[in-house]
Amino acid sequence: MNKLFAVIIAIILFLTIIGVYSNYSKTPSSGPSGSLNIAGSTTVLPLNQEWARLLMEKYPNLRISVSGGGSGNGIKSVGLEIIDIGAASRDIKEKEFKEYPDLELVTVAKDSVIIAVHPSNPLSDIKMKDIAKIYAGEITNFKDLGGLDMEINLYSREEGSGTRSAFEDIVLKKFDVEIFSKALIKPSNGELRAAVSGDNQGFTYLSIGYLDNSVKALSIDGVEPTIENVKSGDYTVVRSLYLITKSGPSELEGLFIEFALSPEGQTVVDEQGYITVG
Amino acid sequence: MRRQIREKLIERGLFGAASTSIIIVLLIVLFMVLEGCSAINFNFLFGYEWNPSHEKFGIVTIVISTFYIGLGALAISICIGIPSAIFLSEYAHETIRNIIKSSVEMLVGIPSIVLGFFGLIVLIPLIRENIGGRGESILAGWIILSIMTLPHIISLSEDAMRAVPNSFREGSVALGATKWQTVIKLILPNAKSGVLASIILGMSSAIGETMAVLMVIGNPNIPWIPNSILDQVRVMTSTIVIEISYAVWGSPHQQSLFAIGVVLFIFVAIMTSIARIVVKGEIRRKW
Repeated sequence: MNKLFAVIIAIILFLTIIGVYSNYSKTPSSGPSGSLNIAGSTTVLPLNQEWARLLMEKYPNLRISVSGGGSGNGIKSVGLEIIDIGAASRDIKEKEFKEYPDLELVTVAKDSVIIAVHPSNPLSDIKMKDIAKIYAGEITNFKDLGGLDMEINLYSREEGSGTRSAFEDIVLKKFDVEIFSKALIKPSNGELRAAVSGDNQGFTYLSIGYLDNSVKALSIDGVEPTIENVKSGDYTVVRSLYLITKSGPSELEGLFIEFALSPEGQTVVDEQGYITVG
Repeated sequence: MRRQIREKLIERGLFGAASTSIIIVLLIVLFMVLEGCSAINFNFLFGYEWNPSHEKFGIVTIVISTFYIGLGALAISICIGIPSAIFLSEYAHETIRNIIKSSVEMLVGIPSIVLGFFGLIVLIPLIRENIGGRGESILAGWIILSIMTLPHIISLSEDAMRAVPNSFREGSVALGATKWQTVIKLILPNAKSGVLASIILGMSSAIGETMAVLMVIGNPNIPWIPNSILDQVRVMTSTIVIEISYAVWGSPHQQSLFAIGVVLFIFVAIMTSIARIVVKGEIRRKW
């Protein structure tokens, strides 16, 4: 009985190996081949993963590996040529440009940062300067915004996050404000959304790609955060998402970036809830 | 002759397997120290403000919060754990003991992320609605962590109490002492070192715990020294987890995060050594 079992397992293992092998050898030898390493911002990560998957389906000889690690990590790694393409959801800082002067950026999509509250919150509109005051800790109750009399529970991403730096650059810097100490840190956009959807006093900024029914987006100065309003320029809290190469894209790198900008690649952007470019 | 060679080979092989853990510990410590030591300086160790965007990396508030969380959780698990251990070792029937003991052991098997999620979904709304504050708090951290340290304290101290020879108990009862008197005057003093070691090990696992605590303690943007058990805090592990993925590699920020790891490692190493010394000293004195 045991022997029979062992033989069956051995046969299954053998067939698996054969199967895997034949699957590899079946791939046609046409089309571009080689490997690409992509890493960086977690905001761009879902886009990169989808682009890589589609591109590898098209050109089976291509091996593309995609990972996160954050914008800073992406910029640094491409500057040091550890990876081929870096992804960033913020502009390159002066210091980084000084260190790696030959980085080339391509905007492959746009992201918008929205303000989200719990769906039960009657508030629907907020002024840009009030957002800054809330994050500065000056306004701590929804009644000061014309809402219910309850304290505001503030959430934020961690230091270094692309979403946070976009929010700081576009909204807070204008009013010369910094996020005050009592905002609770959540290490991803998904967790920010989860926190606010479970906290009826919650208040947070959020990448528009993560907006769904579990939270409610506020209009800012009367402008609803919809993709149309972002495209028309009415909604101004927008940032670019970049793919970065060192000293110009090579053939393979160019292929990936072109694919990202192609109509097929931009469909992915749309499906993931980000804003298309071009 | 061949037998001797074979024996030698087996011994070498076993030694090799045993030394992997030493090598791994050494490599990790070396890596951590190399990455982090350049950030350890006066401002790091004695600074109150942790604010990476202003290049301020003081860990005092974080260390205090860590011990605040760890000690509180430990107090809860001592209050429940030691009486449980006394009951299991001295009072319980064999069947009841088996039931309780196996459920305590099951507690160890619950992944910490599951406990954290339980805290997030059940405990935090409960605290927010019944006690006040934002829910994510030191109190939530205490409760979740005490659930995690409880099984260690119960099983280690119960083992220590059961190791007290039965002749002690018989002698005590023969002299007319009640069961409770026996426990207080005889069992506990004799099991003291084991119980103490269980507490110290519980503490070191409490301050090193990451995921479950991270999910319930809130992690404020800039940590402060807590002045209420409903305050939100940051502990050493949660600060590392939250910030490491976005810290620019090679920056003072990243080095400081590794340095927090070094400090945490030193604390845990000290506590583990104390626990070993306590147990060893006792054994030597007794036999």
